[in-house]
Amino acid sequence: MNVFFSFIITLILVLIPVVGVGLLGLDPLFGIVIPYVAFLIFFFGLIYRIIDWARSPQPFKIPTTCGQQKSLPWIKHSRLESPFTMKEVYLRMFFEVFLFRSLFRNLRADLVGKRLIYGSAKWLWLGAILFHLSFLVIMLRHLRFFIHPVPSLVDIIAKVDGFFQLGIPPIYHTDLFILAGLFLLLLRRLVDSKVNYLSHASDYFPLFLILGIVISGILMRTIFKVDVQAVKELAYGLATFSPVLPSHKIGVLFYIHLFLVSVLAAYFPFSKLVHMVGVFFSPTRNLPNNNRAERYINPWDYPVKYTTYCEWQERFRDVMEEAGIPIDDEWCKETAEAQKQA
Amino acid sequence: MSKLPKPDELLSDVKLHDMPSKHWMDLKPEFKPGSYLYAVEPQVMEDLGRPHLGKWQPHDEKWPLPENWKEIVREAIKKRLERNRAFKLFMDICVRCGACADKCHFFLGTGDPKNMPVLRAELIRSIIKGEFSTFGKLFGRLSGGRPLTEDVIKEWFLYFYQCTECRRCSVFCPYGIDTAEVTIMMREILHELGIAVDWAMKPVRFSHFVGNHIGLQPHTIKENIEYLLYDIEQITGIQIEVPINRKGAEILFVTPSADFFADPGIYTFMGYVLLFHHIGLDYTISTYASEGGNFGFFNTLEFAKKLHGKIYEEAKRLKVKWILGGECGHMWRVWHQYHNTWFGPFDYLEVPKSPITGTVFEHAKDNKIVHICEFTADLIAHGKLKIDPSRNDHLVVTFHDSCNTSRAMGIFEEPRFIIKNVCNNFVEMPENTIREKTFCCGSGSGLNADEFMEMRMRGGFPRANAVEYVHKKYGVNTLACICAIDRAVLPTLMNYWVPGVEVSGVHELVGNALIMEGEKERTTDLRYRPLKGKEGEV
Repeated sequence: MNVFFSFIITLILVLIPVVGVGLLGLDPLFGIVIPYVAFLIFFFGLIYRIIDWARSPQPFKIPTTCGQQKSLPWIKHSRLESPFTMKEVYLRMFFEVFLFRSLFRNLRADLVGKRLIYGSAKWLWLGAILFHLSFLVIMLRHLRFFIHPVPSLVDIIAKVDGFFQLGIPPIYHTDLFILAGLFLLLLRRLVDSKVNYLSHASDYFPLFLILGIVISGILMRTIFKVDVQAVKELAYGLATFSPVLPSHKIGVLFYIHLFLVSVLAAYFPFSKLVHMVGVFFSPTRNLPNNNRAERYINPWDYPVKYTTYCEWQERFRDVMEEAGIPIDDEWCKETAEAQKQA
Repeated sequence: MSKLPKPDELLSDVKLHDMPSKHWMDLKPEFKPGSYLYAVEPQVMEDLGRPHLGKWQPHDEKWPLPENWKEIVREAIKKRLERNRAFKLFMDICVRCGACADKCHFFLGTGDPKNMPVLRAELIRSIIKGEFSTFGKLFGRLSGGRPLTEDVIKEWFLYFYQCTECRRCSVFCPYGIDTAEVTIMMREILHELGIAVDWAMKPVRFSHFVGNHIGLQPHTIKENIEYLLYDIEQITGIQIEVPINRKGAEILFVTPSADFFADPGIYTFMGYVLLFHHIGLDYTISTYASEGGNFGFFNTLEFAKKLHGKIYEEAKRLKVKWILGGECGHMWRVWHQYHNTWFGPFDYLEVPKSPITGTVFEHAKDNKIVHICEFTADLIAHGKLKIDPSRNDHLVVTFHDSCNTSRAMGIFEEPRFIIKNVCNNFVEMPENTIREKTFCCGSGSGLNADEFMEMRMRGGFPRANAVEYVHKKYGVNTLACICAIDRAVLPTLMNYWVPGVEVSGVHELVGNALIMEGEKERTTDLRYRPLKGKEGEV
């Protein structure tokens, strides 16, 4: 049901530009207006989310420590898993964000008779890293459409990405990797009973949506070729805020690609996809494990009433005297006076 | 109380890879005996000035919720989303990748999908979507949203008291989402409705008014200690004094109160005081700040702060230089991650410095509290202790990393270093069950009640299973730990799953091994068990 629903929604999204551009000829709407609106939603939506998180206070320093703390000088502490300085925190974050270090730890638990057995389970990590890193490279590659002249770095990335010269024009390796990654992630959601059980439609939808984007992109490059020069004209116009429709009409496939990208951009800030930004804010990862060395301030901390020594001593004075436990009236006098002065 | 099934039968219903055919939102919470805790006695809440629901029990069909309960819950959620970034963020960014799914000991022991950390968090995430988000209201279940109903409250009660705040899921989460944070917030929200559990709240009342969770009065603490000192004299032949509420001592020693009275914590206490006597430490314990543990933490953070205020007033009053903390798990989570924020700055204390070795504990320079394992490891490393590890030769020891000291502090090497120096037979449990991947005892965070026994045995199963492995393979007969709740609950767990394994604190082993000046030849350990080779002499 969840899978079906998400798939149908994605199909409908594909059909919208087919009708809009192919039948009704609304090129300006799909080529200029919708991308701009989507980008604005993406931009301001994301800024809103970032500000919203940044403004909400984090009351306590609560890193999850996954390695030895820094304590005695002769004990080697884990800089990466139990960072003591901010530099070490940045290191930890780098490994988390770019290499998915925590995901790499993943295990699979099986109950065999009365024994629990833990095995390595790197499929999720593999699917995730294939998908995310490929996505990053593909985004960088796409800069060639928006920047003129094309930066040499983008050229180099594209060259490396097409290094093995498979097919004509050469298929980018990342195109294959991202497909592999997406299918792995999708397959896992469908096949792993636990993940399947806890998935919402909104977990399948982005997978289908991005698959649509990737497939339309690959098709455009390899089989149903579109006028690249015209695409560049349009993209460059959009990027320089002087949008023009290219003189040559671009094929519908391109508009499907662009529309799905627009939907993804607009959907991004309000969905689970914001994890991309959110991960940087995670208090269990981005704070150092140095609580006893450096005080952390809770901006809304407030005093609470506790049972003071004197209240406590009053209650137990008799039994304390009897047991020979020292009584301290001096302290009570001191604190009472201090309180009066305050 | 329900009858606890036999170990062979308990897990027969656990299928880790079979999920129910019904959607989880359609599964109603079931209050099966043995799997939920009893409601708090109203008087307890009255005494502490908190709202309550009167006389009721979780298994009641209709819960006596206040008329405006929905409003209270919505406000309570909103307030916490605004004031706690972790909570807000964890509600926002979960992608349901399922990496955490089989990391929870309660899931591994029950197979209940709502014990997968991701679904545990969905229990509230779905309400935030369904109540506060337009998307969520529009698409409902498709986007993971659902309306707030009375059944949801029951579900929260059931499952947020089937989480021990152990943080194991947080280790594996690619975003570090920490279910402990979620559970802490959710128990607070339930508290605002007046919903709490008796087992976790009575200790709060005792700790608040009397000073420790079992309600030991000052003279009783003193008496208990005297009994323990008598035992020490019997075993070692030497007389030890334990200073109580002594002004001007250099160090205030605070330990979980269970170490004063409860087997096997008392042996750990004997270890502490033998050590202090051995090195001639200038210290005192306090009958006012007589609880290092903190049951408040299992209810609301405000209660947690309330209970530990005593420790610092006492440090001021006694004019000590710094504070030494005993072996305890969640106590050290609170001490390490919360104290400095709540009670600092500590300008009336001094940067901790070991009077014996001169080591300055730089890592604790601001909060001025040191873990006893850090302190003892330093002593051993400097060769300041006379140790005969063969006195632990009757033991084959493995070490259970407690959740909180592992994943909220990172103290892994210190206790191991100590154990390896005071014992000759030490083996590790399998790699995926120790250190940051350690499994909870199954009874932490205030869930160690008798009425919860079946769930405790299920939740403790992954830990017990790893112990069973080394018990069979290496003959392990001692499970060492640095946590008072562990010491309270692991014996029950071992009796159930791995009979023949005893539970001990690390400093009990230290106490066994210490060669005290002027002692007689020891024939038994601190529990009056014969030492290896001395069986005939006892």
